[in-house]
Amino acid sequence: MTGIKRRGVLVAGVLALAIGAFASPALAQQPIKIGHSMALTGALGGGGKAALIALQLWVEDVNAKGGLLGRKVELVTYDDQSNPATTPGIYTKLLDVDKVDLLIAPYATVPTAPLMPLVKQRGLLLMGNYSFQVNSRVQHDMWFNNAPWNVAASWSDNFFKAGKKFNAKTVAFLVADQEFAQNLARGAKSIAATQGLKTVYEQNYPPTTVDFSSMIRAIRSAKPDIVYVMSYPNDSVAIVRSVNEIGVGPSVKLIGGGMVGLQFAPVMESLGSMLNGWVNYHTYVPEKSMEFPGVKNFLARYAKKAVEAKVDPLGYYLPPYNYAIGQMLEQAVTATKSLDHKVLAKYIRENEMKTIVGGIRYGKDGEWADARVVMVQFRGVVDKNVEQFRQPGKQVIVEPAAYKTGDVLPFDKARK
Amino acid sequence: MIFSFQLLFEAILFGILLGCFYAAVSIGLSVAFGLLDVPHVAHPAVLILGAYCTYLLGSYGWDPIVAGLALMPLFFLFGIALYRFYYETFEKRGTDAGVRGLAFFFGIAFIIEVGLILAFGVDQRLVEAEYIGKSLSFGEMRIPLRMLLAFAIALVLTAALTLYLSKTFTGRAIKAVAQDEAALRLMGADPVRIKQWAFGIATGVTALTGALLIIIGPVEPMLDRVYIGRTFCVVVLAGLGSMTGTLAAGLILGISESIVLMHFGASWAPAVAFGLLLVVLGIRPQGLFGR
Repeated sequence: MTGIKRRGVLVAGVLALAIGAFASPALAQQPIKIGHSMALTGALGGGGKAALIALQLWVEDVNAKGGLLGRKVELVTYDDQSNPATTPGIYTKLLDVDKVDLLIAPYATVPTAPLMPLVKQRGLLLMGNYSFQVNSRVQHDMWFNNAPWNVAASWSDNFFKAGKKFNAKTVAFLVADQEFAQNLARGAKSIAATQGLKTVYEQNYPPTTVDFSSMIRAIRSAKPDIVYVMSYPNDSVAIVRSVNEIGVGPSVKLIGGGMVGLQFAPVMESLGSMLNGWVNYHTYVPEKSMEFPGVKNFLARYAKKAVEAKVDPLGYYLPPYNYAIGQMLEQAVTATKSLDHKVLAKYIRENEMKTIVGGIRYGKDGEWADARVVMVQFRGVVDKNVEQFRQPGKQVIVEPAAYKTGDVLPFDKARK
Repeated sequence: MIFSFQLLFEAILFGILLGCFYAAVSIGLSVAFGLLDVPHVAHPAVLILGAYCTYLLGSYGWDPIVAGLALMPLFFLFGIALYRFYYETFEKRGTDAGVRGLAFFFGIAFIIEVGLILAFGVDQRLVEAEYIGKSLSFGEMRIPLRMLLAFAIALVLTAALTLYLSKTFTGRAIKAVAQDEAALRLMGADPVRIKQWAFGIATGVTALTGALLIIIGPVEPMLDRVYIGRTFCVVVLAGLGSMTGTLAAGLILGISESIVLMHFGASWAPAVAFGLLLVVLGIRPQGLFGR
């Protein structure tokens, strides 16, 4: 080897060492990637977009504090179009191509269900996002759902508890003919049976139903004390309007229960005073008993972004719980100083998670150990005013006792 | 199951109102597909576009029906432009225009969907008006005002289009182009211009029925997928191109759905409605009022 060549090799070696020396910290500074799909279009798009804003706010916050383990946090998001057929492919890409460090499940049950075998097989931690009972059969011990419910009955037992006040004897069921609604309705029916309520009307309706006048008329004819409704947003609006137009009769003391959509600002604003008297499930309302540390500040920041993104300006239903997903990951990674999924899952399982939606402890199945689906009654709601819902007293919590801010009133009385 | 003659009567009454709504949202398609033979699968998407435009004007304080009427001329022009584009790029070019036209109108439907998502987001949108959420009472019976409005609009549109198609020169030319395009050309009329005009009318009418749609219930950008089956069912059941047939088919669909829904179970309602379509087509392939 000539002198020149030797020098060349030497320079190359020094350069390689120098690059290596600089590259190592650079690699260490690579962001922690958190991958997920979100329904940004399709039937679940409204909720999905709002949820994404919440996750992005958490990423902003955690990065402002210096990130996790000294690394910035980056969200890798794909639109699953509310379509369960897309999610296995998206998550395979997140894991094998994007090489994400942590995973968050898609929003809602149906897009999440196909992922459960994949994460169990690969031994991955999956933070659930408002899904229902997706882990009941798979029994993956590294699954943690952010939603404040667990078994099917946890959605409706507070509704029927509220009904006890009226000494109800009969019940009518109006349920969307879809798997999720039917599962929840089964839970409601078992509680009704336990309470000795006689079912006087039971109707499953297809999701394409346009007008509910005939069904509401039939319910009025059946004269139930309680009407349990399990519906999706468009149906919920149509049902509330039909009840306002046709009337359910004086026998009905309690109506509502599991109506999806009555938590969303555009729907609440449009229905206005028609909502008065309805008792429905919720996960967060701005009542005194739910003033968890940090939640007000979060909602104020969320509201600004929501207007720009043209999504629900209130954001009570999904967004705080999505921010909570980030907080749980942050707490677990910070405490364990690890990104090992097993280590993180063990920590989340064994410790109370401190979030803006309160403390969360998980049961063996990765659902909340103590469910907290509150039943709220709409009171004193006026027309064309979305801001009124930011005040306490418009959605009074009537159950459970721990969060109660008022007694449930009979339907006709609460409408006056 | 609850049964009483009072309930049966009310089921029929609600069915008539619902049927009129189905007829109203299908009448534009009855012109475009029934008379002109254009595979207008984007009709429900245009309907949703009409609903969103009504929502937009509603946010400035416009009454939904006034908004729908005001939008009709704009939609008429949009319809003319759409048909011209379809004609120049697809219909003029060959015998497989039907299949390619189907792809064209699916494309238009997707563009409208995506455009609405970008402009309005994916949340449900509703309008407010004095007549929404209220009803007329007749003793025990209450009839929603918004459904009465659907009834009135369906009757007015059916009567207006029937009169237009039978009593005016252009209307008769539209019927002629549906029957024999070549003969019309021999008479010195331009079938393309006639079809363009008719497609404009079909689209203009859809602006008003889009307003009706958002009066009946909330809309979201992908709601067109719910209406695609129903509107085509009404038009085919009616017999292609018959306006009174469209009203009758809507009524049959509405009444059968309502009775089944109240007395047998709502899940059966779509199956019964489409089963009825199959039976009618088995007996009368040209539809109830087709020739």
